[in-house]
Amino acid sequence: MIPSEKEVYNALAERHGEDLQKKISSATVAVCGIGGLGSNIAIALARAGVGQLHIIDFDRVDISNLNRQQYFAEQVGLYKTDAMTENLHRIAPYCRIVPDCVRLDENNIPELLRNDDIICEAFDSAEAKAVLVNSVFENFPEKYIISGSGMAGLDSANTITTRRVMKRLYICGDGQTDVDDGTGLFSSRVMVCAGHQSNMILRIIAGDFNV
Amino acid sequence: MITVNGEKLDFTGTVAELLDVLEYNGKRVAVELNENIVPKADYGSTEVSDGDKLEIVRFVGGG
Repeated sequence: MIPSEKEVYNALAERHGEDLQKKISSATVAVCGIGGLGSNIAIALARAGVGQLHIIDFDRVDISNLNRQQYFAEQVGLYKTDAMTENLHRIAPYCRIVPDCVRLDENNIPELLRNDDIICEAFDSAEAKAVLVNSVFENFPEKYIISGSGMAGLDSANTITTRRVMKRLYICGDGQTDVDDGTGLFSSRVMVCAGHQSNMILRIIAGDFNV
Repeated sequence: MITVNGEKLDFTGTVAELLDVLEYNGKRVAVELNENIVPKADYGSTEVSDGDKLEIVRFVGGG
């Protein structure tokens, strides 16, 4: 038996407070990349009751993703946007999910991200991260970006932090460990970084811009 | 003197030259000059002047 929209909202408002929940429920967040970081971030935001999640990824679920990404074994081969829409609906049936199965680049970012208040950068490649951050700020200097950089390997979880590096750019991660160094990516450490990113997004929605 | 990521530096030249001197990969950074983003296409033509304050953010892979 799936609870009604009102029941779900009331349960959140009771725990988070009515004023804060109103802000969260009316927020629109774009999650760019729904791999290790983005799948965990989307789930955390959906659980908090974010009103609209714009999830963007061009890729399909691969067996090598199951070590850290929030998909199920039977979803291997599906587009991540389809699989994540289904998973998010099971958790938060009234969250508006806007899936875009596309590779973001300099050319489509201005059109695709114009309606999103907060942009979450959750790509894998360093170049793609830079392209997203640069393109968003060149086109929409008023938007906030929360980016993940440095969460590979099994170094201490305590090295992962949130830093406000520009007025509207927050970077979560250790800033150093690169997946290209061959240390792999572990669910535990990726989730720490995803937790930092989703927490900062919720703080911005709440109106607190300090890290 | 300019300030890069909070540290003083003696430098004159363009943003592209500064990235070279500091050994940043220009494809993996975002650069803010006096609190405004520098468009990637302008790195080669944007001169850094005395007193300027820059933030250079370097991204590493993984996600």
